[in-house]
Amino acid sequence: MSNDAISARGDLRLTRLTKTYGDFNAVDDLTLTIPKGSFFALLGPSGCGKTTTLRMVAGLEEPTVGSIHLGDTDITTTRPYQRPINTVFQNYALFPHLSIFENIAFGLRRRGVKDVKEQVDKVLNLVELPHLASRKPTQLSGGQQQRIALARAIVNRPALLLLDEPLGALDLKLRRQMQIELKWIQREVGLTFVHVTHDQEEAMTMADTIAVMNEGRIEQMGSPADLYDNPETAFVANFLGQSNLIKGKIEGNDGDNLVVDLFGQKISMPKNRSHAVDNSLYAGIRPEKFRISLTGTPTRGNTLTGGHIEDVSYIGVSTQYVVSMPWGQELMVFEQNDDGVAPFDKGDEVVISWEPNFTFGLHGDEDIEAGTEVNPEEPVNE
Amino acid sequence: MTRVVQDAPIPTIPFNARISRWFGRNVLRIYMIFGFTYLFIPVAYTFVFSFNDAGKSNLIWQSFTFRNWQNPCGAPEVCNALGNSIKIGFLATTFATILGTMIAFAIGRYQFKGRSSSNLLIFLPMATPEIVLGASLLSLFLLFKINPGFWPTVIAHVMFCISFVVVTVKARIASLDPKLEQAAMDLYANEFETFRRVTLPLVAPGIAGAALLAFSLSFDDFIITNFNSGTLITFPKFVYVSAARGIPAQANVIGSSMFFLALTIVVVGQLVKERKAR
Repeated sequence: MSNDAISARGDLRLTRLTKTYGDFNAVDDLTLTIPKGSFFALLGPSGCGKTTTLRMVAGLEEPTVGSIHLGDTDITTTRPYQRPINTVFQNYALFPHLSIFENIAFGLRRRGVKDVKEQVDKVLNLVELPHLASRKPTQLSGGQQQRIALARAIVNRPALLLLDEPLGALDLKLRRQMQIELKWIQREVGLTFVHVTHDQEEAMTMADTIAVMNEGRIEQMGSPADLYDNPETAFVANFLGQSNLIKGKIEGNDGDNLVVDLFGQKISMPKNRSHAVDNSLYAGIRPEKFRISLTGTPTRGNTLTGGHIEDVSYIGVSTQYVVSMPWGQELMVFEQNDDGVAPFDKGDEVVISWEPNFTFGLHGDEDIEAGTEVNPEEPVNE
Repeated sequence: MTRVVQDAPIPTIPFNARISRWFGRNVLRIYMIFGFTYLFIPVAYTFVFSFNDAGKSNLIWQSFTFRNWQNPCGAPEVCNALGNSIKIGFLATTFATILGTMIAFAIGRYQFKGRSSSNLLIFLPMATPEIVLGASLLSLFLLFKINPGFWPTVIAHVMFCISFVVVTVKARIASLDPKLEQAAMDLYANEFETFRRVTLPLVAPGIAGAALLAFSLSFDDFIITNFNSGTLITFPKFVYVSAARGIPAQANVIGSSMFFLALTIVVVGQLVKERKAR
């Protein structure tokens, strides 16, 4: 059986996967297919079950219910060393008593591979650290350790590479650089990468497909652009970037568009971007999709009048406004500083407008605070 | 506009203030000197008197000689006693280290029924007065019709050394990141290979430390040994018995040698550690 498992290749299929600790469901009835060769991200706040999912795939936790298939092989109960899956651990977990060379050679030697030296040298060149082969892990910087941890995993050419918050311990600048590098390496070696992170920017930069997880379930899955432009739930709308969610009522149809009433003002939005189930809905607009102009100037598209500027923050590339609307809600508006017009002042009476196509509609029963209370930048240890 | 520039007076610090400032800066150093003096006077005394041309009693300084160092077995029985102590120490250390390490892994790594009570019980021999342990062991041996001697002494030493081994090794295991073992399993090492290639090498310094501790505990144990060794003479027993009529200078030679041996082990260990870290 172990020989079957270790040579398994293909898509990763999780079927009705559940992991229960006491009466807490860390992962709740999760069904998911990760296609071979993709860069897949599991994104969610601390405690959403993404790390537990990863550990079950690695074989370090056993699912309470459900199965894990790699291609046609069931690997649900096989031991970690019987799976063609390698992991880049959160704090790298390099073996402190072994040299960098021996760390990378560890997996090759256990599998009885012949040309260990050749393969280790090759992967050291790939991560551009061939001069560190004889050092010990503690003598390396965080960024170097990160690359060695990656090299130690990919040298085995696993069917699946798991990355558990791989960049969490690096500073911002190095993290950006490693994001680009990881993506490049993934294309270079052509392996399936499954990446777990709480950092939405990291997920969006690297992954082809993102699954947003919350409370042990998948909220929404899709390409970064899909998730950002057309979120289906308030949690996704708030966890990936910022959103303005305005309570409204669907009044009727106008061809492919819906006519929506927002506190007495009519707007329109494409039908296929609405995820409402009845008449009540939340209209969602990203802050950078809004245009802002002084009351009285002509506008295009959807328009909301009667706002006044509550706060102005000039942050270089853009100016961020907080606009107070007649119904008491405060909306976020980001304006690019590209038109040479001086920013508006606090207290100015303004109109906001946007293209109807940028509107998305959420179910009217959604908790519009979902996903806002978690700070995605905060490092977490699950 | 002119201004008369005066030389600023050089501030003088009163003598008393200077004394107290010097003292404040050096108080830790002075304390350290006193501390080490206190600790090492007995060792220095032992070392100095190993060069005493003592004759019968090594209590009063007579004259300097190398003879004791040239012939450390010169006094009757001293090397026989030393040999017994080393043999017992070696056997007790081996058994105690193996058993203690296994217990430490069981308690430190696994969940089982009675784990916390085992954890507590393992401390008991350390907390029980040796005189009680020694006396009850003797009555136990006699109950089973085993005569005091070499093997009963070894068994007694294994018993009290195990606790110290468990405590030392357990501390090392506790500081071991479980992610390292998971990483090994993830990299195709099965349970045995993981233990051999990752767990054991990382816990080894703790095991070595525990073995050294066990040996030194066994080597100089007197109370428990005295109950259970019968007519067998060990080094501490020899010193104790001869104290009544004057300890031969050869005992000082052996004592000093043990001290320098231990010192060498510590220094070499430290040097190796520093070189590895570089």
